[in-house]
Amino acid sequence: MQGNIACAEGALAAGCNFFGGYPITPSTEVAEHMASRMPKITGSCFIQMEDEIASMAAIIGAAWTGARSMTATSGPGFSLMMENIGYAVMTETPCVLVNIQRGGPSTGQPTMGAQGDMMQVRFGSHGDYSIIALCPSSVQECFDLTAKAFNLADRFRTPVFLMADEVIGHMREKLEIPDSVEIIRPKTLPEGTLPFTAGPDGVPGFAPFGIGRFTHVTGLTHDERGYPDTTNPACHESLVKRLVNKIENARHEIADYTIVNENARYVFVCYGAPVRTVKEVVDRMKIPDTGYLQLKTVWPFPEELLLRFPNVQAFIVPEMNLGMISREVERHVSVRVIPVGRIGGELHPPEELIQAVKIAGGDV
Amino acid sequence: MRHEIRFSGFGGQGIILSAVILGRAAALYDNKNAVQTQVYGPEARGGASMSAVIIDDEPILYPKVRDPDTYVIMSQQGFEKYGCNTRDDAVMLLDSDLVHDRPSCRYVGIPATSVAKKELGRDIVANIIMLGALTTATSVVSGGALEKAILDSVPKGTEDLNLKAMKKGQELGIQGESS
Repeated sequence: MQGNIACAEGALAAGCNFFGGYPITPSTEVAEHMASRMPKITGSCFIQMEDEIASMAAIIGAAWTGARSMTATSGPGFSLMMENIGYAVMTETPCVLVNIQRGGPSTGQPTMGAQGDMMQVRFGSHGDYSIIALCPSSVQECFDLTAKAFNLADRFRTPVFLMADEVIGHMREKLEIPDSVEIIRPKTLPEGTLPFTAGPDGVPGFAPFGIGRFTHVTGLTHDERGYPDTTNPACHESLVKRLVNKIENARHEIADYTIVNENARYVFVCYGAPVRTVKEVVDRMKIPDTGYLQLKTVWPFPEELLLRFPNVQAFIVPEMNLGMISREVERHVSVRVIPVGRIGGELHPPEELIQAVKIAGGDV
Repeated sequence: MRHEIRFSGFGGQGIILSAVILGRAAALYDNKNAVQTQVYGPEARGGASMSAVIIDDEPILYPKVRDPDTYVIMSQQGFEKYGCNTRDDAVMLLDSDLVHDRPSCRYVGIPATSVAKKELGRDIVANIIMLGALTTATSVVSGGALEKAILDSVPKGTEDLNLKAMKKGQELGIQGESS
């Protein structure tokens, strides 16, 4: 099965019942598959909107009716979604966005893989906020992480991003579909509780429209009732800090990762398609003294995991961009960080990473 | 055992579908691991098309074909772009009417497009003839697995035509012009 189709199937397995989108290479197969599957599922709605701005608005609206809602896009469409992504963050709307990354900026390379949107997903909309971003490196992970994204969206009442890339999205390989996937829906809002009063984890219960609660939903800074209070610094500070902290303070809970060879001296930090080259180098070729940290969760950045390598002399960060997450790694460690940025659309060949290990070891 | 198979031809011949069918046969019916990738460009029909499959008993980590041992080449342009630097122990199946050059490695020439047109009435099944030949000229996939994968993949109503094409390919894989 193809990675993009595995995303769609993972969403359906998780009970996704609303898809609003606009086709764009290399993500189109996600929408195409949803368009073919959803009309046959009772209570499901697929709608092709007029553009990506409207698509993002549609999935926010659907989420507020209690639907598990989703869209899929790529770079140019993702840029158009930025404004409404901020609205989803501010209104604490659970929804899932799949971004099958292609080469940018602008329309760039529609049919080639990239990981150039990793900072845009974190910081692309205006204002302070945090989001959750997951990165699959196989067709199986496309299925598993898309299903998981819905649970995280509901658990934290936030947009969750599946940041895949063209290499994984268009690759076909074996997928094992589980009999069922775990489904976690949002906490309900207890009677007598204001709609934006959060528990100790910073996440308010969710009362979607139509169940009898009258929630005011606005992108303006709002109080716990949901009413605008835009000139009160304390209100803004407590709201925005809660939006950030509900995610950042749950880093451990959200972090999904694989560590191989904790005692290695040269440690790859990798996510998405380059994980495949790292595994070839470490697991199959067994280049001496190498290990890796595969981040399935890239945001919130699980910085504590970098401390799990007691003998590390250098972190090597292969990415299909000119160095985005490598900077995040640099912020948290005192040892050398070697970015291996590759753009143009092709995955790093093993030799490129072996060369980086030689550089790390001072052999070059 | 690991095989890396590269398909090339021109857009519209079913080069990508061939790789998808082969990967499906290996992964679902020969109980192996398989990864299929392609050069996915905006050019749809007419330009050089390439797709690839890795088949392995072990999990496949690096997903791109780097050193093919098996080629299926269905156009001269595809040969020039993807088929002229083969390793010595590779084997190439080529459409003998559409590819004018011959490789330095072992090859089997199969007049797939002309046989598809003259004997089966539809040149569109030339790719299935090539896949059939792959089961008898190489050991990358079993005939039984390929048959099931073809039936999974082709449009309803065309099953008989495609199975005939596969059988024809199996004969030509043994009898074809070869080195």
